[in-house]
Amino acid sequence: MFTDEMRREIEEAQLPELTRQQLLSALEGKEMTNEQFRQIMDRVHAEFRSTRIEPLEAVGVIAAQSIGEPGTQMTMRTFHYAGVAEINVTLGLPRLIEIMDARKEPSTPTMTIYLSPEYNNDRDRARMVSWQIEAAPLHEFGDITTDMESMQVLVHVNEAVLAKRKISMDVIAETAQKKIRERRHYRDFDAEVNAGEHVVVFTPKDQEKYQNLFQLAEHVRNVIVQGIDDIERVVVRKESGEYILYTEGSNLKDVFEVAGVDTTRTRTNNISEIAQVLGIEAARNAIMAEALSTLGEQGIKVDVRHIMLVADMMCMDGEVKQIGRHGIAGEKESVLSRAAFEVTVNHLLDAAVANEVDELNGVTENVIVGQPIQLGTGDVKLIAKPRT
Amino acid sequence: MPSPKRIGKIKFGLLSPKEIRTMSVRKIIWADTYDDDGFPYPQGLMDLALGVIDPGLRCKTCDQKAADCPGHFGHIELAKPVIHVGYTRLIRKLLRVTCRACGRLLLSPDEIQKVSIIAEDELGGDFLTEKDIKKERSCPHCGEQQLKVNFEKPTTFSEVLLEDGKKNEHKLTPADIRARLERIPDSDLRLLGINPDVARPEWTILTVLPVPPVTMRPSIILENGQRSEDDLTHKLVDIIRINQRFKENQDAGAPQLIIEDLWELLQYHVTTYLDNEVAGCPPARHRSGRPLKTLSQRLKGKDGRFRGSLSGKRVNFSARTVISPNPNLSVTEVGVPLSIAVEMTVPVRVTSHNLEEMRALVLRGPERRSLKDPCGANYVIRPDNRRLRLGGDNLETIAESLEPGYTVERQLRDGDIVLFNRQPSLHRMSIMAHRIKVMDGKTFRLNPAVCPPYNADFDGDEMNLHVPQTEEARAEAAILVAVQENILSPRFGGPIIGGIHDHISGIFMLTHDLRWFTKSEVIYLLKFFDFDHLPEPGRTEEDGTPKWSNKQVFSMILPDGLNMVFRASSCINCDECRYTDCERDAFVRIIDGQLQTGTVDKKSIGAFDGAILNRIIRQYGMDRASRFIDDLTRLSIRGIMIDGFSFGIDDEDLSKTEYGQIDDELSKAKDDVDRRIRIFQEGQLEPMPGRTPEETLEMQIMQVLGKARDRTGEIAGRHLGLGNSAVLMAVSGARGSMLNLTQMAGCIGQQSVRGERIMRGYEERTLPHFQRGDRGADSHGFILHSYKGGLNPTEFFFHAIGGREGLVDTAVRTSQSGYLQRRLINALQDLKVAYDGTVRTTMGRIIQFEYGEDGTDPMKGSFGDPVDVKGLVESVLKEEV
Repeated sequence: MFTDEMRREIEEAQLPELTRQQLLSALEGKEMTNEQFRQIMDRVHAEFRSTRIEPLEAVGVIAAQSIGEPGTQMTMRTFHYAGVAEINVTLGLPRLIEIMDARKEPSTPTMTIYLSPEYNNDRDRARMVSWQIEAAPLHEFGDITTDMESMQVLVHVNEAVLAKRKISMDVIAETAQKKIRERRHYRDFDAEVNAGEHVVVFTPKDQEKYQNLFQLAEHVRNVIVQGIDDIERVVVRKESGEYILYTEGSNLKDVFEVAGVDTTRTRTNNISEIAQVLGIEAARNAIMAEALSTLGEQGIKVDVRHIMLVADMMCMDGEVKQIGRHGIAGEKESVLSRAAFEVTVNHLLDAAVANEVDELNGVTENVIVGQPIQLGTGDVKLIAKPRT
Repeated sequence: MPSPKRIGKIKFGLLSPKEIRTMSVRKIIWADTYDDDGFPYPQGLMDLALGVIDPGLRCKTCDQKAADCPGHFGHIELAKPVIHVGYTRLIRKLLRVTCRACGRLLLSPDEIQKVSIIAEDELGGDFLTEKDIKKERSCPHCGEQQLKVNFEKPTTFSEVLLEDGKKNEHKLTPADIRARLERIPDSDLRLLGINPDVARPEWTILTVLPVPPVTMRPSIILENGQRSEDDLTHKLVDIIRINQRFKENQDAGAPQLIIEDLWELLQYHVTTYLDNEVAGCPPARHRSGRPLKTLSQRLKGKDGRFRGSLSGKRVNFSARTVISPNPNLSVTEVGVPLSIAVEMTVPVRVTSHNLEEMRALVLRGPERRSLKDPCGANYVIRPDNRRLRLGGDNLETIAESLEPGYTVERQLRDGDIVLFNRQPSLHRMSIMAHRIKVMDGKTFRLNPAVCPPYNADFDGDEMNLHVPQTEEARAEAAILVAVQENILSPRFGGPIIGGIHDHISGIFMLTHDLRWFTKSEVIYLLKFFDFDHLPEPGRTEEDGTPKWSNKQVFSMILPDGLNMVFRASSCINCDECRYTDCERDAFVRIIDGQLQTGTVDKKSIGAFDGAILNRIIRQYGMDRASRFIDDLTRLSIRGIMIDGFSFGIDDEDLSKTEYGQIDDELSKAKDDVDRRIRIFQEGQLEPMPGRTPEETLEMQIMQVLGKARDRTGEIAGRHLGLGNSAVLMAVSGARGSMLNLTQMAGCIGQQSVRGERIMRGYEERTLPHFQRGDRGADSHGFILHSYKGGLNPTEFFFHAIGGREGLVDTAVRTSQSGYLQRRLINALQDLKVAYDGTVRTTMGRIIQFEYGEDGTDPMKGSFGDPVDVKGLVESVLKEEV
């Protein structure tokens, strides 16, 4: 029998949390003798000791190979439908490269927005949150006509849409004006609200040219009056008992300010945005999660520890650095190592002027001068004394 | 061997004109190289003081022969200073931040203070830059009004003078610039990140040019006896010619215009000598029109000095040939052709203990005609480092003279450890240490089970073999690099070596369901397996003949005391598992090293999965595991030979009923597509949120056709059972999938480009065989025939389109992922686990406080977990967890 005594022993054992949990769940309710339990515990301890990493192991190279090698097996197909058929996400090798490049913006930014409990079990309430997020241009709120005779752009706001989207006429008119001026940098116009007839009238200041009128009409049509500018589309989906919003486009900061968003679970695939809004530790976790899911989606098994090491290396200095010339590889201390990577000549010329010194600690430097590298067996400084 | 000296560090700095003159052994003044007798001109570019390249001649400086003389620098005194192209940006910066009269930094001490405080706050930017200096100002030290300095590529500087509102450009000669740079005080330079002790800025303006030693630019003698000079020599000839002409003109007092022209010409030649790919400067060309390869070009790029010669080195003691399979070899072995074994050697030091053995080796000499001949030796190295080639009649004399202190280079023989490699070497398992087995033939032989880590196949692949030459190297090879130490992949902590293809089909056929074998059959199966006696027969026939079950036979190769329970790859995840009563025999149960139920297949012994293999490694160690792989590969090959295994065109045949069903299914799908198109054309199609009706229609069509294809597969699969080789391979996981069978027997299905149906082509249609605007299935690449049935011409064309995309994809992918890997390696290569368990760079900087947050080695851990709890508990309790 699995006794409480055994349970206590497992709980107090010098083992990682994960292993203890696995032991408890594996042994729960199992028939076993004391002897068998002893045997299990002894073997678990022995295996735990044997799986420790050895000092001087070249973990960096192993991590790099473990991520680089399966790259050849990955597909190039850029677009895939990740869960939601409606939203395109870059996957496969291009996405992996994107993560390692630490791009400011991914080629297909998306967010997965979780909702707080009051909103996440009702489709209509979830929809309400999505209207606060999805960028809605003015033309979705009613017909827009261009009156060439009186040089006006008329917006006939649809009452039903207003009611559905829970927004008032005044707010629309105001944000439209503000956004056209500030976001679209078009200033030469006036606007007037006719509340009774549900019409907003826009008139260009310069009445001489039709060109102005058409330009204004274009701005009026496309100005975003509700939602967050960067988020072009929101799809509401029910997943494991709750409603979740998937978006095309990403803006973590603004989404966090929308009522009803669960800020603890909501995530984006834009890593630099996470670094800005939530800090470097969050960015590290995001790199790990994104890389792991990109590889996992292709059915490639890679240990987390490798990805963790890459993520730690990228975030080492408190900002997300690229793997490559403009990041980690380009900022190494060693001149020879940098010269051997890319832009050889410039590194050498600059090193001369700055009187740089190469201490020959790294791998490439020692390969270049032809002596053992300081890793693994090459780093053991033990020398046997010959018997005389 | 003398203990190797370690290079401590390398300092970088600029050469001052003084240093250049000091290290020079000869002032070079003649542009010519050799005289009519083929003898170098004194004070010419090939002066004997600069080193020698011709054998027989001695260097005038060090009096050594060509092989030993390292070469010595000479120098050219330039008539006027010229700019070093690599430093134009530095010069520009210095001219802009310093005063044109007094040479001091254009900042008052207070401003310097302020700027350097700001700079310290931000990481990295600790030196002054151009941006810190305001434009158009006067010097805070002497009050001189500053002028704007313009720079024009590649090497022209000029000052902009404002005279009566007119802009007037005044060119700065290198001499002017050098004078200005000389005035910059040392203290100001330090603020700019320049160390004046080793790099005074005026040294970037060359007054003396070092002439590299001849050894660095050897001339080659062509077959016709003509000398062909190195590109660098050509360039130096140009420089000296212009320099001489310049000097003559200068001395003769030539007009300013001519002087300026010559100066510019000299600048051009020096510029291209240093870098022949400068923007805004036509590259200097060889007579044939090929651009010259000058100093920068020698260092740059993949085949340059750094990446091509210093980071990647060529080696001796290596061999390369085609590989072929041999399942009777152990995975730890490699078959080496005799012709290679006699050519490659291992040095053995003669001691008093092995003297006689070594004598025998020497006496046998280099000849070795057949495999049966014992191995001989090719060279003997005397204590004075003289190398003697063995052969002919010197064998006996040399053998006689052999004594401790000599080294014998003996040929390879069975059991020698060698490194075996296949490019691209993407991970560490691409190089593993094998034991040699000398064989007939001309190819390297290896057990097919080691193919996955090398990613090798036998369609003409070649592999490399290296023979370690020192005792340390052999020890490391045997302990760290050996195949059995690399069965587990550090990528995911599972076995990467294991059964492939026929191993899996064979073991599947052998262990599937229950079969009974007679004694002779059992012995045939276990022919290569080392065992003392057969187990008790599982049953006895009525006539008294003992029979052994197939599971008993497999259990023979399992270690005793192995316990495990799992589901095979042929498990289809039924809603309710029937455990040991599984009708597909997919529930594997091994108790005390006896396979009780279940079929052994990919999940148990395949590379990348190998559950049994994984358990054996953890419980019994790597050596037992490699023995298990050897036994397994031999047993499975025997197993497959009992029944035989083949696949032919007939195996794709279905009966009339199935063909009828498939036709029905496909025509139904076509009707469905037509119906949806009609709905779309009538404008009745309800678009999916955020999609246009067209996109929605496309998605629906793809879905309908995909389903139809799958259903034809089901029909085919129902007809073809495990008796069909393709089904057997797909089910056991040996090769291929049911999708491949579907395409062969049922229907190939939709061809796609970028995940969409094929849309491109002529006006509004893919091919002229279709109506314009047709959205139907077959006009956009749906192939309703099977590979067996054959494609019609339009289908064939679409198939080629889809196939082409795959080819392009692979080509692009290899280059992209190769670059990604290079960058990753470069970024992470210096990381190691320190003795305290932290991960540090070789400079000592901490990256992680504990490796992977729990200090577990991903290779030794079980698929990411520190301890394989499930496996351990199962093996102790002997039941599924």
